[in-house]
Amino acid sequence: MITPILVYFIIFAYLPMVGMWLAFTKFDFRLGFFKSPFVGLKNFQYLFKSGIFSRLIRNTVLYNVAFLLGGNAAQILCALFLSDLPSKRFVKISQSIIFLPYFISWVLVGLFSYALFNIDNGVINTIFRSLGLSEYNFYLKPQAWPAIIIAIQIWKGLGYGSVVYLSVISGIDQEIYESARIDGASKWQQIANITLPMIKATFVLLVMFNLGSILKGQFQLFYQLVGNNGLLFNVTDIIDTYVYRSLVVNFDIGMGSAAGVFQSVFGCILVLSVNALVKRFSEELALF
Amino acid sequence: MKTTAISIRPDSGTKSFTLLGYGVMAIITIICFVPFWLIVAASISDEATILREGFKLWPRTVSLDAYRSIFQGSKALLHSYLVTIFVTSVGTLLALLLTSMTGYVLIRVDFPHRNGIAFFIYFTTLFSGGVIPTYILFVKYLALKNTVWVLILSCLLSPWNIFLMRNFMKSIPYSLVEASKIDGANDLQIYTAVMVPLSKAGLATVGLFIALNYWNDWYHASLYITQEALYPLQYLLYRMLSNAEYMKQAAAAGIFLDTVSLPSETLKMATALVVTGPILLLYPFVQKYFVKGIMIGSVKG
Repeated sequence: MITPILVYFIIFAYLPMVGMWLAFTKFDFRLGFFKSPFVGLKNFQYLFKSGIFSRLIRNTVLYNVAFLLGGNAAQILCALFLSDLPSKRFVKISQSIIFLPYFISWVLVGLFSYALFNIDNGVINTIFRSLGLSEYNFYLKPQAWPAIIIAIQIWKGLGYGSVVYLSVISGIDQEIYESARIDGASKWQQIANITLPMIKATFVLLVMFNLGSILKGQFQLFYQLVGNNGLLFNVTDIIDTYVYRSLVVNFDIGMGSAAGVFQSVFGCILVLSVNALVKRFSEELALF
Repeated sequence: MKTTAISIRPDSGTKSFTLLGYGVMAIITIICFVPFWLIVAASISDEATILREGFKLWPRTVSLDAYRSIFQGSKALLHSYLVTIFVTSVGTLLALLLTSMTGYVLIRVDFPHRNGIAFFIYFTTLFSGGVIPTYILFVKYLALKNTVWVLILSCLLSPWNIFLMRNFMKSIPYSLVEASKIDGANDLQIYTAVMVPLSKAGLATVGLFIALNYWNDWYHASLYITQEALYPLQYLLYRMLSNAEYMKQAAAAGIFLDTVSLPSETLKMATALVVTGPILLLYPFVQKYFVKGIMIGSVKG
């Protein structure tokens, strides 16, 4: 019964690992996988020397750290409020709407950002004009995008993440709160001394889980928001967008593969070392 | 449990917390809702007003022109609907079958290699060949470019769904498996007669995750599909938006293009809604399954 699954993973997950060989070749589609000339570490050397790599790694890591911290903070905040507000009706409606962005495709998110930020008829520029302010062409201004990208990522993941934290909070024994109240603990003290310590384990687990994939970018987010807009690459290009472009736009298979191999190898080393480190402190929190 | 039984008068800290909670959550809820409203409002606006005044949250003139032209004209949209429905339904059924079979094998304690296999599946999340080798495999060696199968195969199985399914099945009393075995049922019979009927909630949840993923997929189409007749919905929308942007830039740069074929702003918005429609319509009914899935999936193990 398990055979089809094993076959699937061998073909679609393990076989491509062999394809990492491409990173060491000057790939020619006509010659194919086996006959393309071997160039050793040349692709990697080029990526490092040209400064492309340092830019890609910087962007990928910084965005992921921002997503992780900002995202979790916003999700915890939402979960704290949603678990506590007295009007169940309000909570239900609010939760449903916050969860909605999770369900839509990134293409639609791209359209949202276009409707908000474009110069001709975007909402923000329409508001600027009606207030007598000058227009702001977001698509020419690299400095505007880190904040926009981070905000949209948090927006889309908010519903999902707050459900995770809500499920943890709702699992906390209510009697603990009750005795705290009887002892005269204020609301803020209850949150600081009961709720937050209780969700710490989940937070650590999520951070760890994501720390391992810190070199993996949210390709769809970046691509739908800024696409191939070269003006913004300095602040919006991540490893995944570079690999995709080298496959679809530049046809530079060797270079793209080299970036992909780097991502995969270092990502894997990162997960294993983070896991080993965590295991030292607490057996329970380790992933495996 | 019974917080109402001992009703302690809320102190000022609790009151201010509740008030702050309502305020913050109301703002967040509005931020999450406004983009959807904006698209709806823009899709029923009148094109000339948008070009003159920009997108408005409250359209002053209402026009259903965009919807009219969608339902009269384009064969492309209908085609894409068929592609997406085919890929989503066949893909989801196939994926559910394989995912649940794997989940079943992984909970059978009498199956000797289950930990090895679990790791074999888990390892693919840690380490992967990457986009480019996978692309070359599909295109050059499996010759699946421009087929619907590439869309189905590339999102068929995910380790996350397999482990979610396993967690669901773990909650079914294992003694049922043992009892059926004593009664002489073989492994396949136990799967079809015991596990599948008992994990309906799990199948529904995992199935919805899979279906959503298929429905929203544009990325694999952008890699593997170049024939317009095979565009799934999201990719059709993406092409429409990016082509419009490209033509606009070309026109600004002074290159002459036939601007008549440029999709209007209202048409873009209306297409986006038609493409997302089924999700928005089903959302109220399926949301609870997702919440359940996330809760079970977030439990480690």
